[in-house]
Amino acid sequence: MAERKPPVDVVLVGFGWTGAIMAQELTEAGLEVLALERGGWRDTPTDFPPSHAPDELRYYWRHQMFLETARETQTFRNSTGQVALPIRRWGSYLPGVGVGGAGVHWNGQTFRFLPSDFVARSHNEERYGPLPEDMTVQDYGVTYDELEPHFDRFEKLCGISGRAGNINGTLRDGGNPFEGWRSDEYPNPPMEMTFSQHRFEAAARGLGLNPFPGPSANMSRAYVNPLGLPLAPCTYCGFCEKYGCGNYSKSSPQTTIIPVLMKKPNFTLRTHSEVLHVNKSADGTRATGVTYVDTQGNEYEQPAEIVILCGYQLSNTRLMMLSGIGEIYNPGTGEGLVGKNYCYQVMTGVDVFFDEEYTNEFVGAGALGMIVDDYNGDNFDHTGLGFIGGAYIGCWTTNARPIESHPVPEGTPGWGAEWKAALQHNFLRHTSLSVHGASMAYRGNYLDLDPTYKDIYGRPLMRMTYDFTQNDRRLSEYITPIAEEIARNMGGRDVHASSLDDHYDIVPYQTTHNTGGTIMGETPADSVVNRYLQSWDLHNLFVMGAGVFPQNAGYNPTDTVAALTYWSAQAIRDQYLRAPGPMVQA
Amino acid sequence: MNRRELLVRGLMAGTAIVMPTGLLARELSQTGMLRAPGAADPPYFGTETEGFLTAAERRALDAITARLIPGDADSPGAREAGVVTFIDRQLAGFYGRAQHWYMQGPFPEALETQGYQYDRTPAQLIRTGLEALGAHTRTTYQGADFADLTPEQQDEILHALEEGEILFPGMSSKGFFEFVHEMTIEGFFCDPVYGGNQGMVGWQLVGFPGARYDYRDFIHHNGARIDLPPVGLMGRPGWSAG
Repeated sequence: MAERKPPVDVVLVGFGWTGAIMAQELTEAGLEVLALERGGWRDTPTDFPPSHAPDELRYYWRHQMFLETARETQTFRNSTGQVALPIRRWGSYLPGVGVGGAGVHWNGQTFRFLPSDFVARSHNEERYGPLPEDMTVQDYGVTYDELEPHFDRFEKLCGISGRAGNINGTLRDGGNPFEGWRSDEYPNPPMEMTFSQHRFEAAARGLGLNPFPGPSANMSRAYVNPLGLPLAPCTYCGFCEKYGCGNYSKSSPQTTIIPVLMKKPNFTLRTHSEVLHVNKSADGTRATGVTYVDTQGNEYEQPAEIVILCGYQLSNTRLMMLSGIGEIYNPGTGEGLVGKNYCYQVMTGVDVFFDEEYTNEFVGAGALGMIVDDYNGDNFDHTGLGFIGGAYIGCWTTNARPIESHPVPEGTPGWGAEWKAALQHNFLRHTSLSVHGASMAYRGNYLDLDPTYKDIYGRPLMRMTYDFTQNDRRLSEYITPIAEEIARNMGGRDVHASSLDDHYDIVPYQTTHNTGGTIMGETPADSVVNRYLQSWDLHNLFVMGAGVFPQNAGYNPTDTVAALTYWSAQAIRDQYLRAPGPMVQA
Repeated sequence: MNRRELLVRGLMAGTAIVMPTGLLARELSQTGMLRAPGAADPPYFGTETEGFLTAAERRALDAITARLIPGDADSPGAREAGVVTFIDRQLAGFYGRAQHWYMQGPFPEALETQGYQYDRTPAQLIRTGLEALGAHTRTTYQGADFADLTPEQQDEILHALEEGEILFPGMSSKGFFEFVHEMTIEGFFCDPVYGGNQGMVGWQLVGFPGARYDYRDFIHHNGARIDLPPVGLMGRPGWSAG
C-alpha cells in the first residue's frame, strides 16, 4: 500500500529544462513546488568535471548520462503491419535521465521556430491550397507574437550567443533575415568561427544566400544571467552533445537555474523517484496527484493541487497513456489523440574533403556554426514542389571524436589497410554540412502501447510506428542538392551528399528531437492540451515539452520548448491561480 | 521501529549489495548545489581480476582485430593498441552482461531497422560467434583455427561474415562481425585508461589530441594543421598525473 505524502501545491514530474523553468516560475509565485526525478542528482564538479568529461567511450558509447533501456524503452516498427520490437540499445535518439535531463548533454543549438511554423496548416493552405488528406498537420493554437517575450526570456537566461537579423521589424546585416521579429539583440555576440565556417559563409554568399551565425548556448564570452548565475567562456573542446560541460560554458538547468532553486524554502527535489501514474478524482475532472516509486521499491502517493508533466516527450506521452487520461490514438479510425502526430526530424548531410587545408574539427563546440535559412519553413515559394516545410543548411563544427567520426571518401572499404590509410588522410581535413529538415505529421506515424513488451514494473512499453513520408522525401530531395552546391563551392577536393534512407532506421544516431503525442491545438477534438499546455480533460494537469508540437519544424526544438514553458507558467500564474479551471472553454 | 520501517530496512539490506548508495532516493531542499569536488566517479575500465576471454578466444580475436585495423612497421594497428585487452575487460564488466539494456524476450525475427535483437548479451554473442567461427575454419581449412590462416584467407572469411555468407548455427554471422568491428573501433580510439589505444597510437594515427580541454588559442587556425601531442585522462608520458 502506498504511503501518503503531505500535499504540495505543485508536483513536477521530471526535472530537466521544463521542470527547472516551471519550478523557478512557480516558486516565485509563492507556491510550494516538489519535483520528482527518476534519476539521480548531478552537478558539474562531481559528475562531469574537465578531468573526466572528454571521455568518448564512457559518456556516449556506454551511455553514462542516458536513460537505461533496461528501465524504460520503446518498441519500434516502421509501419502498422509489422511487429514492433524493443529498442534494446539506443541508437537514433538518446533520452536523458537525472537532474537536468537531456539539458545536460545537448549541443546548445537554440533556434526560434518561424512565425509560419505555428500556423502550419492555415498558412500553407492559404498559400498553396489543401494539404494531402493523410497529412495531419495543424496550427499550434499559440502564435509567434505571443511567444516572442518568452523566447527572449529563455535566450537571456541562457546567454545565447548570436546575431539578430530582425529587431522589431528592422532587418540587420549578418543576422537571419527570415527570422521572426525580435524585441532585442541576443545577449552575447556570436561564437568565434573556424576555417570551415568561413568557407561555408563565402560559398553561401557567392550563391546569393544569407548565412548567419548559429544561435548558441555555448558562451562566446563570460556571462552572468538574470538570476545572477555566472557562465564561463567556451573553450571549444568539442565535447558538447552527449557530454556534460565541465567548464560551466554551456547553458543547462545546472548552470542557469538549479543553483538558485536549491536555496529556496518552497522548493523540494526528490531524486530516484519515478512516477508510475497520475491520479484522478472520482468524477474524472481533476488530477489529485501522482503515485511514484523509489529505488528501494517503496510506493508513495503524492497529493498536489497542480500536476505538471516535465519529462521527455516519450515519457510524458506514455505517462498519459498509463494514467488513462484521454483516448489513445487509433490510426485505423483516426480517433483518439494521445500518441497522435508523432514526428521527428528529417536529416541529410554533405561531406566535404579538403586536400591542402586542415579543418581540425576537434576544435569545435556544440553550437559553433554558420547557417543558411533561405530554404527553411515557408521562406521560399513551394508552388509545385509537392511538399511543405523546409530545412536549415548548417556548417557546424561540433567535434572530431574518433570513435564516432570516420570521414572517408565514398568507395573506401569499411576496414583494413585501405580504410586505415583513408581515415589517416582525411580525419583532420573533413567537414560536413547538415540539412536539418522539418517533419510533418501523417496519419500512419504514431505512438501507442505495446501489446507484448513490459517495463520493470510489468507495465506496457510504448510502441512507436514511424517511417519517412512523402513530404520528407520531397523536402530532402529538393534541399539536399542546394547544400551540395554550397559544399562544392567551399574549395574542397571531394564532396558527397547523403540521401534519406529507404526506411527510418533506429540504429544510427540521427537526433534526439522526438515530437508529438500530447499535441496542442485549438479544440479538444484535435488536441490533448490547449494553447496554455493545459489538459482538456483534467484542468489542473499541464504537459510540457516537444510532445505538444503538432508537427516539427526545421529547427532544433529547445528554444521553442522553453518558450512554451514560460508561456504556460505565465498563464498558470496570471490566470489559473486566480480561477482554477479550464483556461480555454471547449 | 514500526513494522513498515523494518520492512524498508529489510529491502535496503538486500539492495545495498548491488546498489551503490548514490542510487538511493533522496530528498533535497535548501541544500544549495551539493557540490562534492574530488568525489567524481572514476571511469569504469574493468575491475575484474580475471578477464572474460579464454586463451583460445583471445588468440582468435587478436587475429580478427589485426585484420580490421592492421599494423605495420610505421603505423601500429589494433594488435599494437591492445584492442583485445580492451574487449576482454569490457566483456567482463557491465557492458558484456548487457546490464543496462532491455533484454526481455520474446526475440522474433527482426527488421534491419530494429537494431540489436539478439537473445544474447555482448559477451555471449562474442563467445558463441568465436565458437562458430572456429568450427567453420576447422572444417573448411583442415583443422586450422582462424589465427592459423594467411592474412588473405582471413580477409576472405571476414568479408564473407560481413556479408552474412557464412552461416552460424542459431545466430547471425553478420551481427557477430558488426559487433566485433564496433568494439575494435572503440578499443582503438578510446582513452588508454580502458586498456585499448595503448600509447595513444589510435589518436596519433588520425591526429586527435585526446582529452584536452581548451582550444581557444587554436580557433583561428585558418586551415593550417594543428599538431599537438595527445593527452589521455591520466595525462601522457613525461607529463603524467600520477
